[in-house]
Amino acid sequence: MFVHDTLLNRLKRGCETMAYPAGPAPALPDRHGGALRVEAAKCQAGCAACVAVCPTEAITRPPNQAVALDLGRCIFCAECIKACPAGAITQTGDHRLAVRRRDDLVLGEAGREQLRLAVALDAKLRRLFGRSLKLRQVSAGGCNACEADTNVLGTIGWDLGRFGIQFVASPRHADGLLITGPVSKNMELALRKTYAAVPEPRIVIAVGACAIAGGPFVGHPQVNNGAGALVPVDLFIPGCPPHPLTILDGLLRLLGRLEDAPRRS
Amino acid sequence: MNLPALVLQLLLLLLLAPLVSGVIKNWKAKLQNRRGPRPWQVYFDLAKFLRKDMVISEHASWVFSFAPYVVFLTALLTGLMVPMVHTPAPLSLYGGVLAVVGLLALGRFFLALGGLDPASAFGGMGSSREMTLSAIAEPALMLAIFTVAITAKSTDLSQIALSTQSATGKLLNPAHVLAFAAMFVVLLAETGRIPVDNPATHLELTMIHEAMLLEYSGRHLAFMEWGASIKQLVLMTLFLNVFFPVGLAGPGAGAGALGLSLLAFLAKLLALSAAVVVVETTNAKLRLFRAPDLLSAAFVLATLALLSTFLFH
Amino acid sequence: MNAFPATLLIFALGAYVAGIAGALLFQRAERLANGIGFGLAAVGGFCGVLACASALATGAVTASQSFELFPSLIPFVRFSIHADALGCFFGMIVSLLGWALSIYSLGYARGYYGRKNVGVFGAGFNLLLLATTLVFLADHALFFLIAWEIMALTAYSLVSFEHEQEETRNAGVLFFVMSHLGTGCLILGFLLLFQASGSYGFDSFHALGNTLPAGRRNVVFLLFLIGFGVKAGMVPLHIWLPAAHPVAPSNVSALMSGVIVKTGIYGLTRVGFDFLGTPPNWWGVTVLTIGTISAVLGVLYALMEHDLKRLLAYHSIENIGIILMGLGAALMFRHSGHPVLASLALIAGLYHTLNHAVFKALLFLGAGAVLHATHTRNMEDMGGLAKRMRWTALFFLVGAVAISALPPLNGFVSEWLTYQSLLQGFGTTTRLIRLMFPLSGAMLALTGALAAACFVKAFGITFLAQPRSNPARHAHEAPFPMLLGQGILTAACVFLGLFPTLFLKLFDPLTQQLTGQQLSQQLTTANGLVLSGGGAQGGTVSTLGITLMLLCLLPVPLGLWLLFARRSRTRIAPTWDCGLRGLTPQMEYTATGFSKPLRMIFKALFRPRREVQREYDFSPYFATTLRFESHVEEVFQTRIYRPLRWLVLRASRRTRALQAGSIQAYLIYIFVTLLALLLFAL
Repeated sequence: MFVHDTLLNRLKRGCETMAYPAGPAPALPDRHGGALRVEAAKCQAGCAACVAVCPTEAITRPPNQAVALDLGRCIFCAECIKACPAGAITQTGDHRLAVRRRDDLVLGEAGREQLRLAVALDAKLRRLFGRSLKLRQVSAGGCNACEADTNVLGTIGWDLGRFGIQFVASPRHADGLLITGPVSKNMELALRKTYAAVPEPRIVIAVGACAIAGGPFVGHPQVNNGAGALVPVDLFIPGCPPHPLTILDGLLRLLGRLEDAPRRS
Repeated sequence: MNLPALVLQLLLLLLLAPLVSGVIKNWKAKLQNRRGPRPWQVYFDLAKFLRKDMVISEHASWVFSFAPYVVFLTALLTGLMVPMVHTPAPLSLYGGVLAVVGLLALGRFFLALGGLDPASAFGGMGSSREMTLSAIAEPALMLAIFTVAITAKSTDLSQIALSTQSATGKLLNPAHVLAFAAMFVVLLAETGRIPVDNPATHLELTMIHEAMLLEYSGRHLAFMEWGASIKQLVLMTLFLNVFFPVGLAGPGAGAGALGLSLLAFLAKLLALSAAVVVVETTNAKLRLFRAPDLLSAAFVLATLALLSTFLFH
Repeated sequence: MNAFPATLLIFALGAYVAGIAGALLFQRAERLANGIGFGLAAVGGFCGVLACASALATGAVTASQSFELFPSLIPFVRFSIHADALGCFFGMIVSLLGWALSIYSLGYARGYYGRKNVGVFGAGFNLLLLATTLVFLADHALFFLIAWEIMALTAYSLVSFEHEQEETRNAGVLFFVMSHLGTGCLILGFLLLFQASGSYGFDSFHALGNTLPAGRRNVVFLLFLIGFGVKAGMVPLHIWLPAAHPVAPSNVSALMSGVIVKTGIYGLTRVGFDFLGTPPNWWGVTVLTIGTISAVLGVLYALMEHDLKRLLAYHSIENIGIILMGLGAALMFRHSGHPVLASLALIAGLYHTLNHAVFKALLFLGAGAVLHATHTRNMEDMGGLAKRMRWTALFFLVGAVAISALPPLNGFVSEWLTYQSLLQGFGTTTRLIRLMFPLSGAMLALTGALAAACFVKAFGITFLAQPRSNPARHAHEAPFPMLLGQGILTAACVFLGLFPTLFLKLFDPLTQQLTGQQLSQQLTTANGLVLSGGGAQGGTVSTLGITLMLLCLLPVPLGLWLLFARRSRTRIAPTWDCGLRGLTPQMEYTATGFSKPLRMIFKALFRPRREVQREYDFSPYFATTLRFESHVEEVFQTRIYRPLRWLVLRASRRTRALQAGSIQAYLIYIFVTLLALLLFAL
């Protein structure tokens, strides 16, 4: 009666997919502080304590200028928060991190203390991809952390399929690429070919610090410092790795499905 | 030939087929405790594929671009030969079960050629497996249908449906039940379902149907996918209305009777979809070389069905 | 027969004779010999088609008389021909093929310029056509046997035309031996018939079987079954066929597979339905069983081939099997007293005979064009030819669809008729034997599906994807006459497929002659547009309707295209290679790989054996060289023929002891024989 028991058990458990985005978003884990807030105005003159502790050179402070934190390079180790005597860098606990433009990720100066949330695709592309988006994943030298968190979106709890978003095997079936990893030299050709294999119109999503800027490998001769060097990127999802919620938020925002009133899907 | 009936069945085929695929996907997700894609998601996918650009392999010849239309059109045409909500089917005169099987084979022939054309090893692998498994499934399919065709003394599907309908208690006849079981196994194989093929797989090496489509994009892909879903609907309809023609409206039925017949058909279709979902949820995909065992079991069932017509006559 | 077709027929035969003479006369001038030889053969074929088809269509055959072609100088032999319906039907097949193949040969024979004697080739081709036509028309057993022998010998010499290769010589000898085994049986069979009727005329054999004692009748049947079965290539007498057909020049292969094997079918029909009267049931059962086995085994062995022409040769065995299924069913219905069904099954078998002749010849011509362009028969060296040989690819594809019994082409029509007769046969008896009909039908379905798989392989590996060798990369389209020959047969495939109801009329005189029924009215409905299986509510099919409906439905996808995809563009890009450095032909699927799943599934039959040799420097996963061999056992060769040959050789070795070489011993033999004869006379 294996079949019977399986079915009964499954039916008893019912739907285990989270209510989000119709309901509240699941809480981020304690260790995850969410998006950072950088108020360069609070900086003490001449202080560069945060610059020194940043492992990925994400924070810069040129002489006589304001501090700038590039979330694209940030691996969210929170060393800078501990190091800052003025409390200029704080964690917001906000999972929404994805942006559409690379320079939107640079925080610090007045008016750019926080991330600008990603805006949706233009109307034409939204009409095309809004209800059906197929992505081809390219792990271009990734460490499998971003890949694993992307994979989580396919589990019962997250169920990416309910939004009409699906990962496919063939780039010919895809509407875009989801790239992880710093794009090592060995994966350069593969990435170019995969991009060329996707029929137009197509989009590119860079997930994680590596894919955005090279992450911890930035500047190494064997990496290309992210996907942007090879293909035009439409959505940047920072993190090391980004939380699944962050990725989902980015994807839905790109498709314009979060600005609209919460819709049951 | 009754033109309104033909147009109506054509629309039904075009519109219902993606929905059946969508419903099965949705219910499968439900049984996996997830919310799942909406049942009408397949329409969105098709519309998007139709609007997208195409990328065609440099090695492909005209056969590659010709194949999607053959697959789509043969599936549509067979759908018009199978009684769906009323007998006789609109194109009953143009061919019975042999033509249906033949036309589906024609579609498969070009599908397999389309898989081989772009010089990709995945496509060749898919073609090889598809042709092999369909060859093994064919005798079981034919034998199961012969069992009912022989009693109806006709290969015309509408006649077969009428004959099954008229014989009371026929549905519990052992021959009928055995052929029914054989046909169900074949149905799973021919529509690329678990345990023979996995429609949801992402791994090229385990693919059968999907592997042949790897090179297709844009509207070609849309026609391929749509054609596959129409073929699935046609086979399900054939299965339902040949072996279980309950509620099927007869010749000269009025609008009310046709409506009822449509409702009965939809109910049967949903029930069959549910059965497919249960099988897909509770079974694992068989290893490629175990699939022939399953299909030969179907063949044996069909042979037993024939034998029992002899014993119980 | 009316004066017009008869004269035309004589004219056709005359053209062949003139072709022989002309080609031999001008053998020094190759171009002229080619033109005259094959040109006259084409004229002869065309006249033959016209004569036979018009005789069948007008019903003139029923009134035809036997007449002597020329007076005989040899006692007992009359060179008389009788263009009756059965003979005319087969005459039509050979003439149709003769016409198309001769036109093709005008181009094909150019390949032999400067290498071979084209005059002799042309003369042989004409002689083969002449002899085969006479086999179908002969009205006298001895004349028949003479024509039969000329046919076999000419075929032998044409098969061995490229005798420089050992494979060709061996195949020729095998064909020669098997063919004569068959002829021996035929001679015995005719002698037994002669014993009963006292004459060698075919008219005296008519329905003779009903007067023969059962035992002798069965012996006669078996002798003819073996004799004609060898020629037809039915399992297990088929082994010569896949050896001999591929090595012959392609136009000869086409003629062999298209017509020469059909002489076996002709003989079986003639004997089974004309000479031997009402058959016992086991004859039909035997023929149906052999047919079913031949069909399935033929296609299974074909699937294992990667030699394009051998693959086609194995398909001849399959199709002969399908034809025999029709004939076997017809014999069973004749036994059970169902003349209408017997006619249906007979029509199914004979229609498939015609269809197979057309599409198999077409496919062999396509293979010939490919061979011409790439100089190889090995499919693993081909590929990408659809772009380089557009027309040949198109013609081959039509042939492939037809032979796979896919609608709407002709192979589907005749198999549909076979299914109908098998299914209706279920009701003719209540004995358990009736299960044979649907089971044979299921095997026919298996055969059809496997044939489709095989031709996906044959077309896909040969014509699609990337070229796998340099010759394939630089292949060129065949010259115009070769394309025209293929075009004629392609058109024939389409016409025979789309308008079966027209062609059914040709069968009326034939079934009238053999079973006393005319079915063309019964088998067509809806103003002749739809083919019916007989019976009021039986199945119907309309290949024409299917084709028209496919065209009518075409606006659906085109409309969707206009509606959604008007502005979408198409880009040519490399095949998706998973981001590797590009695909090479070595990465493509091979013919051997394509059929591997079936090799595994049917491993009990094939007993596949494979050898892999790897050489590596440091790890077995990184081989420097790799050698792969895969073999399939040909069960009939190893299990039947090899032991048989061994037995024959051993017996011969024993008897050799008699031949001591001393005159004295021989004198004693003569003396003893004489004594024995004298004692016997007493």
